[in-house]
Amino acid sequence: MTHPLLTDTADRKMLLLGNEAIARGALEAGVAFASAYPGTPSSEIALQFFHIAREQSDLYFEYSANEKVSLEMAAGAAMCGLRAIVSMKHVGLNVASDALLTLAYTGITGALVVAVADDPFMYSSQNEQDSRYYAKLSSLPMLEPSSVQEAKDMTHYAFDLSEILRSPVILRTTTRVNHASGVVSLGHLRRRVVAGSFHKDPYSYVCIPSVSRHLHPKLLKKTDQAANIADESSWNFIEGNGSFGVVCNGVSYGYVVDAITESGYKDRFKILRLGFSHPIPEKRILEFLDGCEKALVVEEGEPYLEEAVRVVAHKNGLTTPVFGKGDDLFSRLYEFDPAIVKNVLAKVFDMPFPIASPINTRDFPAAPPRPPNLCAGCPHRAAYLAVREVFGDSAIYPTDIGCYTLGLHAPLNMGDFLIAMGAGLGSAGGFARATGKKVVAFIGDSTFFHSGLSPLASAVYNRHNFLLVILDNGTTGMTGHQPHPGVDVSHLGLDKTQIDIESVVRGLGVKSVTTINPLHFAKAVEAVKRISSESGVSVLIMKAPCPLYEKTLPGHKSRRPYEVRPERCKNHRICLDRTGCPAFHIEENLVKIDSHRCTGCALCAQLCPEKAIRSAAREDNKR
Amino acid sequence: MKTTRIMIVAVGGQGNILAAKLLGEAALSCGIDVRMSEFHGMAQRGGVVESMVILGDGAGYCIADGEADVLLGFEPVETLRAARKCSARTLVITNTAPVLPFTVALGHAVYPDIPLALRSLASRVGKLTTLDATTLARLTGSVQSLNVVMLGALASSGVLSSIGTGAFEKAIQGKMKAPLALQNLRAFQSGYEACQNEIRGNSACAVE
Repeated sequence: MTHPLLTDTADRKMLLLGNEAIARGALEAGVAFASAYPGTPSSEIALQFFHIAREQSDLYFEYSANEKVSLEMAAGAAMCGLRAIVSMKHVGLNVASDALLTLAYTGITGALVVAVADDPFMYSSQNEQDSRYYAKLSSLPMLEPSSVQEAKDMTHYAFDLSEILRSPVILRTTTRVNHASGVVSLGHLRRRVVAGSFHKDPYSYVCIPSVSRHLHPKLLKKTDQAANIADESSWNFIEGNGSFGVVCNGVSYGYVVDAITESGYKDRFKILRLGFSHPIPEKRILEFLDGCEKALVVEEGEPYLEEAVRVVAHKNGLTTPVFGKGDDLFSRLYEFDPAIVKNVLAKVFDMPFPIASPINTRDFPAAPPRPPNLCAGCPHRAAYLAVREVFGDSAIYPTDIGCYTLGLHAPLNMGDFLIAMGAGLGSAGGFARATGKKVVAFIGDSTFFHSGLSPLASAVYNRHNFLLVILDNGTTGMTGHQPHPGVDVSHLGLDKTQIDIESVVRGLGVKSVTTINPLHFAKAVEAVKRISSESGVSVLIMKAPCPLYEKTLPGHKSRRPYEVRPERCKNHRICLDRTGCPAFHIEENLVKIDSHRCTGCALCAQLCPEKAIRSAAREDNKR
Repeated sequence: MKTTRIMIVAVGGQGNILAAKLLGEAALSCGIDVRMSEFHGMAQRGGVVESMVILGDGAGYCIADGEADVLLGFEPVETLRAARKCSARTLVITNTAPVLPFTVALGHAVYPDIPLALRSLASRVGKLTTLDATTLARLTGSVQSLNVVMLGALASSGVLSSIGTGAFEKAIQGKMKAPLALQNLRAFQSGYEACQNEIRGNSACAVE
């Protein structure tokens, strides 16, 4: 079946997710090369290319080991004249930034779009950094769509702009665009050019100091050229001609337009929407400020545009009051919504913006929380319990980014420090040296390939003392089961080389390496005990497949669910209280197992002292 | 078209995102502009899933507190959790069958008295319609169809008069293969009729 994004009917209207629209924009621009490391809210961009590349073999797509590699990969293709895209979440750009900042110096000869998705409010991220500053830091052009239609159109334009400037272009979105859906009018699919050539020019591409000294001024010239384009760009438009000015970007534009339209004061306002927001279009901002009594900047995150507007005003001797972030105004925290924007508009322009009145809910009973939990049958639960069995609260547990971060919650309570991909392993030696305590660091298989290799080499070399547990569930779980270098993907018809984690660990010089299935609980606890007194870096690979992923594999047979035998159950609830498995529930004050949720992992059956939990299959056989 | 804001809340796995997509596709096929946003970061892990569907005029993708014209809740506690999106004129349609959070099983939280809480909610919003969509879905062949039962209930509420049932049925057939589509069409009909019955005064699915 043809992938829906390959529909080649121009002007056809489709309901698309923001991320699908970005992928469609790239296809309309004739993208030939795409790479990514998955990360919410960007993951569905790469997912489209993953599926399409299996249908159309002339599109190259790969999941790279991390964002830096994926950017470098796309840069290589773009250096040979191809049109390439790389997509990542905001913190992924931190990983890729080393390459990006000097790639800005060399530029590229084809086109390269760097799609980066910020996550204000941190729906599924460890921070809410504002990635727009990377455009400033790298001097690269940046585009910011306000709608799903623009997400498609701007992506297409980003390729054209990149080719004109011979420079990577940043396409910066936020969750509310990536995970929004809207009606998109399609354009034509451009034929992709799939073969490139590389023209050697070391004095432009090999960034030794003498070359870079000559490339930096070239970059600044390109930035001037980009600024001229931004000044004329239709992505930076002015609406209305009132004396009250509002500057906005991204999703804030929708809130501003709706608020002003609803208020009925359209004639009092003038809106400057900045979609091509780096380099700052100074002339356009100046044109806008002309005749403005005062201006309000509406942007989520940091005062990036506000600072720019103030600079333009100051440079040109304007005294127009500029408002934006501040105690009574907009916050640098979290997401905006229509009410937040209306409130500040009302304050700054001293006019009513009617706000909906929510019902009183204060006396409603508290809704019990639903924190995300490890799934029923998740092998990470068994791995954490096995480690806890041996070390309890006495060890320090630096952890890492993935599903297994959820081990933080009660009753597992496993996770003492979490900042970035690979940092659990990276920080372990520091905790151990500083305290002399036992340290057990956790890392997932995908995260291990992403950024576990160099900290492990460093720890072995520097003779640190800690236990590293690699939670190997055979997939990138949290972001939707993307493959990584440790995964066999032959069943998908993909020709890749699977890398064995244990060999990698041994290759990095670790002497004590054990691989065990954590769902064989007694053996797993035994293994942790045996390793517990070792000095140096020991690695325990806890290997068992993600039950959600396993279900999708060919030839998979589900195990029978387990059940509680009421005649044996003493109702002490050790099973439930220790595991926190979501397959358990309480019915008439007794523990029951939901047969639809239970995957038959048998962890609880191994924990029950009365052996009161048995496979439903065995019961059937007995009868 | 005048803007209509529909907030859909559910527990991960209940099919919230698909329901929003079907609603969006149905609207699009009637020539109505659609803007939606979804929040499902860790939904597969038992979390809360929210969809905001905005039909008609406007540019925003987000529903502020008190702005929802309709709150469609697939689980009663999730309906309560999202009640701040309602104003005194909001239509609330909720499934009454609970999905217990594991925090309740662990004894870390209490599942509230739902009929009592829904009575308070009913007294503050424009209208509250309740139905046991989980049972209705099971009766049509699969619990998984509770999202489409809820969509049927929404379609019969009268709020979306410009989207005919035919548009919903076409959307269901467009997103699913034949046998599954057939079963979901039954689910849609079942939710539709359940609310029609309530409107006619049959209290089978009313709260009081």
